[in-house]
Amino acid sequence: MISEITLIRTLLSILGITVVVGVNAIFVVWFERKVAGHMQYRLGPTEVGPAGLLQTVADGLKLVSKQIIFPQSADKPIFILAPIICLVPVFIALVPVPFSATWQAHELDVGLLLVIALGLLNTLGILLAGWGCDNKYALLGASRAVAQILAYKIPLLLCILPIILLSGSFSLREIVLVQEQSTWFALYQPVGFLIYLIAITLETNRSPFDFAEAESELVAGFHTEYSGMMFSLFFLAEYTYMLVASAIAAILFLGGWLGPFLPGPVWMLLKIYFFLFLMMWFRWTFPRVRVDQMLSFGWKILLPISLLNFLITAGVMAAL
Amino acid sequence: MGTGSVVPPLIHFAQLEKVLNHARANSLWPLTFGLACCAIEMMAAAGPKYDLDRFGAGVFRASPRQADVMIVAGTVTHKMAETVKRLYLQMPAPKWVIAMGNCAISGGPFKLDDINYSVVEGADQIVPVDIYVPGCPPRPEALIEAFLQLEAKISGVRRFPEAPVVELPKIPTETT
Repeated sequence: MISEITLIRTLLSILGITVVVGVNAIFVVWFERKVAGHMQYRLGPTEVGPAGLLQTVADGLKLVSKQIIFPQSADKPIFILAPIICLVPVFIALVPVPFSATWQAHELDVGLLLVIALGLLNTLGILLAGWGCDNKYALLGASRAVAQILAYKIPLLLCILPIILLSGSFSLREIVLVQEQSTWFALYQPVGFLIYLIAITLETNRSPFDFAEAESELVAGFHTEYSGMMFSLFFLAEYTYMLVASAIAAILFLGGWLGPFLPGPVWMLLKIYFFLFLMMWFRWTFPRVRVDQMLSFGWKILLPISLLNFLITAGVMAAL
Repeated sequence: MGTGSVVPPLIHFAQLEKVLNHARANSLWPLTFGLACCAIEMMAAAGPKYDLDRFGAGVFRASPRQADVMIVAGTVTHKMAETVKRLYLQMPAPKWVIAMGNCAISGGPFKLDDINYSVVEGADQIVPVDIYVPGCPPRPEALIEAFLQLEAKISGVRRFPEAPVVELPKIPTETT
């Protein structure tokens, strides 16, 4: 039997997460286009709504009302399932993320593990999308995404491990509370912090590592055949995943909601959008690297450095 | 609904369609697709000085499945006509076409009645065209005006006031 309080709390959490995902997508797409515009000495959206803020709303309504085309040779169940598999895990990944000491959908002992595991499902969605629509460009994009996952996931985990050693917990809330006692883990783990930043750029398929999409090579990569609402689901998933990755970065390295003067959630959002801005900055200033360059960078540079970082941290902690 | 709608709706929801038409007019994503020199002006229109992104028309999608507007920017040859037609058919409804430049309107300088063997005389011979933009090539402002007219066609509301008609100075004809 679930008690009434739990039920209300669950419903409120679902509502809250849906609102966060929706508002974040509307804001971040607008923000990205503004950042892109100003980095290219343009203005970005200005005309639709005040300062172009309604641009994403217009885009969303248009995408919803567009025809959805199913390619003749597509594997229809897989074709429909792929965007859903991309989107649902990122909804769930927001559950253990604390926005302040009390603003959290559900406290989990293994919150960090859950988020990492759900992050892998995103790639499964991309693989299904590439496979299901029977298009050579989509399949190439999907295979790149799968090749890429090994190159970044291991360094990513190896630079999260020292954090777990330092904090002694898998719970995201506990990790922040430990940082309240000492200081931001970014100061203890500068190398890990840098590797984590590179790895989340890889993880969210953002330029300079957007091989799965690669507009100039693969038309639109894994979502080449997707139109209308199904395409917008992929975009929603990507931007929500950026939010989750930035939130984890803020919690692990920059002390989550901790900060002077302002209330906790405000600090948390400021840190999240700082990371989001950083990822947009990467996207609009770096050209895309080649696939083999990325793979050798992941295996030959990121992996040894993060392994060394982990071993040194473990050694120092054992010595102290 | 725009041209190329596959199925007419069973029931018309006037207010909903009005809202959706406004949304469509404010987010016209063009197809990344250029045939000749007009494409250079199209790129300039998306660039820093003119910036199509101000009206939400700057998201150039490489895949026809995600595009709303096809800008036929340049000379359509018979060899390319098949591709142009296929790209148009691959776009999801509702979709629109802008014929940019004299070549796409009528064949332009290649409209040579007897000796032209390779150029399609106007994009409207193969796809339904909504807006024609004259010029050889048209300036980026002309393409922006085409987008404004297309928006007015979709939603019934024009974004900026019309440009005033300027009387051209009379060029004195040479008398010999």
